[in-house]
Amino acid sequence: MRGLSRDRLWSIAVLLPSVILLGVFVYGFIGRTVYVSLTDWGNDPAQALATNPVIQWVGLANYQELFSGFLQGRFRQEMVSTIFFTLFFILGCLGLGLGLAMILDRNPKGEGLWRTIFLFPMSLSFIVTGTIWRWMLQPQGGVNQIPTVVGGEPSTFGWLSSTESIWKFDWNKLPLLTAVVVAVVLGVLALRALRAAQRTRALVAGLCALMLLAWSLFVGPNLKLLAAPELHGFNLALIGIIIAAVWQMSGYTMALYLAGLRGIPEEIREAAKVDGATDAQMYRRVIFPLLAPITLSAMIILGHISLKIFDLVYAMSGPDNTFTSVPALNMYLTSFRQNQFALGAAIGTILLLLVAFVIVPYLTSAFRTEESH
Amino acid sequence: MKKALMLALALATAGSASAAGKVEIFSWWAGDEGPALEALIKLYEQKYPSVKVDNATVSGGAGTNAKAVLKTRMLGGTPPDSFQAHAGQELIGTWVVANRMEDLTPLFKSEGWNKAFPQDLIKLISTKDGIWSVPVNVHRSNVMWYNPAKLKAWGVTAPKTWPEFLSTCAKLKAKGVAAPLVVGENWTQQHLWENVMIGTLGAQNWENLWTGKLKFTDPKVVGAFTTFGKVMDCTNKDASGLSWQQASDRIAAGTSAFNIMGDWAAGYYTTTKKLTPGKDFGWAPSPGTTKVFVMLADSFGLPKGAKNRTEAMNWLKVLGSKQGQDAFNPLKGSIAARIDSDLSKYNTYSKSAAADWKSNKIVGSMAHGAVAPESFMSAFGAIIDQFVAGRDAKGAANAAQQLATRAGIGK
Repeated sequence: MRGLSRDRLWSIAVLLPSVILLGVFVYGFIGRTVYVSLTDWGNDPAQALATNPVIQWVGLANYQELFSGFLQGRFRQEMVSTIFFTLFFILGCLGLGLGLAMILDRNPKGEGLWRTIFLFPMSLSFIVTGTIWRWMLQPQGGVNQIPTVVGGEPSTFGWLSSTESIWKFDWNKLPLLTAVVVAVVLGVLALRALRAAQRTRALVAGLCALMLLAWSLFVGPNLKLLAAPELHGFNLALIGIIIAAVWQMSGYTMALYLAGLRGIPEEIREAAKVDGATDAQMYRRVIFPLLAPITLSAMIILGHISLKIFDLVYAMSGPDNTFTSVPALNMYLTSFRQNQFALGAAIGTILLLLVAFVIVPYLTSAFRTEESH
Repeated sequence: MKKALMLALALATAGSASAAGKVEIFSWWAGDEGPALEALIKLYEQKYPSVKVDNATVSGGAGTNAKAVLKTRMLGGTPPDSFQAHAGQELIGTWVVANRMEDLTPLFKSEGWNKAFPQDLIKLISTKDGIWSVPVNVHRSNVMWYNPAKLKAWGVTAPKTWPEFLSTCAKLKAKGVAAPLVVGENWTQQHLWENVMIGTLGAQNWENLWTGKLKFTDPKVVGAFTTFGKVMDCTNKDASGLSWQQASDRIAAGTSAFNIMGDWAAGYYTTTKKLTPGKDFGWAPSPGTTKVFVMLADSFGLPKGAKNRTEAMNWLKVLGSKQGQDAFNPLKGSIAARIDSDLSKYNTYSKSAAADWKSNKIVGSMAHGAVAPESFMSAFGAIIDQFVAGRDAKGAANAAQQLATRAGIGK
């Protein structure tokens, strides 16, 4: 009994420093940032850096400013850019990584060497990757010269300097679009639940979907965030940055998938073959489903990297190119160049929430599986 | 025994170090600009041999990194004894309004600087409560660079006004010059914007814009925005990928006809590219700004709570002296802020700039922090980008006015 309590004391004593440090430097600072984002610190230049600044509580005014303020068009474009960037970055990494892993899984000659080559970009920092790709994507640089190798005209595409964008939509329609998308997703869920004969689930999801649809039909079109329409879309200059990011991280997904493929017992493949499955069928019906958990964890890790991305963009197109900018860059500029600490903190909080959307469901599901084991 | 000796020695050196004076100078002058700062420090140490200068530089273009470090130091309560800042609103809008700087009016009086510096300049570095920094050097931002041989071949001359520029641009485009005017990344476009504004509105209206007497939403300003849009139609499409040096290279190479850039380009052409002024590259005031000198300056101020105040004051005295300015500027490639500098020490371009400095109307640059605070400058880049993409002059003017109100311009 005494030994146990001594053990306990010891474990508490050993854990306490890191608990305190974490509490202060992670959670304390997160709390402080959230608090600052609800004040007006920095909105008045005279108070921003004063010795004893007068700071007032303004509630959610900073968030309102970001999503509907006349001057914050840059932030809204960045939010749209982040979504597109995340989507294409994850798709690119997963696709390329899976492809490479499947090739390597066939045990080609010099497999170890290839694996190292594909994995190598991951050992570079984003700053280095960014600098290299910045050179290659210069208007007269390497990539645009490729057609000349086969005798063609050099390309003139502005990889990082393009100011064009496609798939534009009016920011005013954002609540409407979100509501419709969520309603459709809920509708699908409801149908699935119905098929699985989960009555209550289907009912709840279906009702929510209906309510959202009704809202988007009757209230949504009259809602206006901004006085004038403001178009945002996928900026073509982002393509260069996506290429560099995929180049850097696809080796990592390759390693994950390769481990997954190697972990699938030979017997299962043989069994599939004995049952008369073609290669394509075997991959579609047997191997890919077994790789699903790997895809999920890769998506989570890539997702939070892409939401927080800062250094790659900074190195590739600098902090002032608004066509490739991302929220993290804007947060840095807003707080440390414009001294608008509260507004910067609000951007930081939004980023934290976005990442939490990705991470928290994963963590809870991981906890659940651990407990059920 | 040995240990005790060492300890005694250490104590002795520590003691002697604290007995002599010390002064910490904080700047972003490293690399190419390092030797110029070294020359100033040498001069200071000659005059005050008992004082040790602690040269704290944080490198990084235009001080972006240094300014971030400075902020943490000031907020943390350990300000350097004197620090570099762009003269004018960049210092005033950040640190003076926060009540962190000491008024230098007595220093200006005792050193007779009110007469040594041009009145327009003193106006730019003061508020109604005092004078806030000592300018060390002056750069001119409204210079149009060109390649004389190429202009001759094309049969055009450097335009004197912006409408004239637009017709020259059309002429050059007809001759197959895709981009008569070359621009680079975002800040060089802001630089171009201010030159179009001053060239179109005139110096007086430009000043009024920053005192709040002229609103950005005024039809004159909206019209100038429209002109800026037309000027941007004459520029290269790959702008945001180019640094200012790469943009300057296109003049030397003859792929573009004109470039509007500050006079640090002269240093780049002569020192780095080994070109001859007047022959390989030519210059003129940017269109519409003859007899106007758009200036930016580096200056040093005295933060409240500096540990070595006397030594820092002496440092400022050296900076403002004729001897100090003439030691620093020929090496930096800028001209002295004083009007009595010894011109024999300067190169061809600087001599012509110095002559203009004495005779022209002086106004401050927005893109380089003289007339607008950081909170305006940094966010204004997004407005320029939006305007260049969408060409909505009225919207851009409205946004600029809102930004100006938020930044406290004209209060």
